[in-house]
Amino acid sequence: MNGNSIDEQIKAEALRQRVVSKDPNAPKAGQPTINMTDGVLIPKKGEKHVLTSWRLTFFGAIILSAVLIVLFPDPYRTIFVTCLRGLPVTFEVTVFSIIGAVIIGTFTGLGSVSKHRWINMICGVYVELIRGIPLLVQLIFIYYAVGSLFHVEGIIAAIFSLSVCFGAYMGEIVRAGIQAIPKGQMEAAIALGMSRSQAFRYIILPQTVKVILPAIGNEFISMLKDSSLVSVLSLEDILRCGRMYISRTFLSLETMLVVALIYLMITLILSRLVGLLEERLHKNG
Amino acid sequence: MAKIEIQNLSKDFETPSGILHAVRNASLTVNDGEVVVIIGPSGSGKSTMLRCVNGLEKPTLGHILIDGIDTTDPSTDIRKIREEVGMVFQSFNLFPHLTVLDNITLSPVKVRKMDKKEAEELAISLLRRVGLEEKAKVHPTQLSGGQQQRVAIARALAMNPKAMLFDEPTSALDPEMIKEVLDVMLQLASDGMTMLLVTHEMGFARAAADKVVFMDKGEVIETGRPEEMFTSPKSPRTQDFLNHIL
Repeated sequence: MNGNSIDEQIKAEALRQRVVSKDPNAPKAGQPTINMTDGVLIPKKGEKHVLTSWRLTFFGAIILSAVLIVLFPDPYRTIFVTCLRGLPVTFEVTVFSIIGAVIIGTFTGLGSVSKHRWINMICGVYVELIRGIPLLVQLIFIYYAVGSLFHVEGIIAAIFSLSVCFGAYMGEIVRAGIQAIPKGQMEAAIALGMSRSQAFRYIILPQTVKVILPAIGNEFISMLKDSSLVSVLSLEDILRCGRMYISRTFLSLETMLVVALIYLMITLILSRLVGLLEERLHKNG
Repeated sequence: MAKIEIQNLSKDFETPSGILHAVRNASLTVNDGEVVVIIGPSGSGKSTMLRCVNGLEKPTLGHILIDGIDTTDPSTDIRKIREEVGMVFQSFNLFPHLTVLDNITLSPVKVRKMDKKEAEELAISLLRRVGLEEKAKVHPTQLSGGQQQRVAIARALAMNPKAMLFDEPTSALDPEMIKEVLDVMLQLASDGMTMLLVTHEMGFARAAADKVVFMDKGEVIETGRPEEMFTSPKSPRTQDFLNHIL
C-alpha cells in the first residue's frame, strides 16, 4: 500500500518534470517579482474570505440546528422530524421539474435560434409570456387548468407547471449558450457538407452543454427553493409539513426557523457542488 | 478534378448604415488543377467571393458554376456542392470537443455514411500526409496554430474534395508556423488539386499559383500570371498595392 503510493508519487513527479517547461525569462530565486492580478475587486477562489463566507453560513446553520436539537429537544426535535418528512416530495418535485424544464428549454432554445420565423415567434411569445407573470400565479393557474382537463395527481400537475415555468428561463439559457459558440463552428460544419440539424447535433449542442452546465446547476438551486410554492397546491413538501405542524401547535416562529434552516443547508450544499462542477469544467478547458 | 467559374458575381450586405457592395460584378475562372490566388487590400471582397463559392454566403447577382453545375440555381442541392469543395478557414474552426481523429472522421461517417473503421484509416493516412500522425488522439486545443491548421486541411481532405478553398489560411499564425502550413499547401498544389486561395503570402503565390487575381473595392481589377503581375502590373491600383506590401 505504502510502496504503491510512493511509486505513484514518483510517476507523477516524473510526468510533472516532463510536462512543465521552464520559462527562460522567469526571474531567478531571491529576485523580487511583480504579481499581476485582477485587483482587489475580484477575489480569487483560493483566497480565504470567499471560502469562509460559505463556511460561516453553512457551519453556522449546522451548529444552530445541532444546538436547537440537543438543548431544546422539545419542540425542535419533533419539528425537524416533521419537516424532514416533506424532503422526498421537495426533491421529487425539484428533480422531475428540472428534467422537464431542461427538455422544454432545449426545444425553446433551439426554436429561438431557428431560421423559421413562425417557430421563432412561438418560442419568443412563450418566453415573454412566462417571464411576465409571477411564478405563483402561473403555478396555480396551470394547476387548475391541467386539473380541469385531465384527472391527474397533484404532484404531476405541480411538476408540469414548474417545468413549463422554468422551461422558459431554461430556453433563454440554452439560446445564450448556443449563441456563445463561435460562428465559425457552424460554418465549418456546413462547409463539410453537414445539414444544419447535423451541425447542431454533433457540433453545437455538445459544446453548448459544457457552457450552460453551471447555469443549469444554479437553476436547479432556484427550482429547489421555488418548489416551496407547490405547498399551496396541497403537496406535502417541507414548507407544507411545517405549516401543518403550525396549525396543530401554533409554534409558528420555531417551525419557520427550522424550515428556513433545512432549505438553507440543502441549497448551500448544492451551490458548493455547482461551484466544484464549474471548477472542473474550467480545468478541462 | 473540378473547374470553378464565377460569372458576374455581386454580393450586397444590408448594414445599419446602408447597403454595402462587398463584391461587384466579379468574374474569374479556375481551371481543372489550377491554383488561383486572390490578393487585395482588406475589405476588398476577397473572402466574400470565396465564401459565395460554397454557399456560405448567398450571391445577390451572378452565377457560380462548379463543373458546369450552377450553384446559384435554387434546384441545385448546395450540400452536394459543399461535399465536393473543401474549405479551410483563417481561424481553423476545429471542433474543440472532439479529438483530432474525430474531427476528421465526423463528416465522412455522418455525411458520406462511410464505415467508422475505414474513416479512421483514411484519417490516419491524411494525418501522415500533413505530418501529424502522432496527434490523432489529442484535442485541438493542445496543438499549436500551425498544427491546428494542418489538421483543418486534413479534415477538409477527408471528404475527398474536387477543389479546395483557402480563406487566409496563414493570417492567424505566428511567423514561424506559416511555413509548415504553406508546405502542406504546396504539396497539395503539386498533387494537382484545384485550389482557390485568399492569402497575403506572396511567396506562395509566386511559387505555386497559375494565376493571380487582384481585387479592390469589390471589383476584379487585374488577372495575370504571377511573374507578370508582380514585376509589371498593368493597373496603377495593383502597382500601388504591391508597392505597399512587397
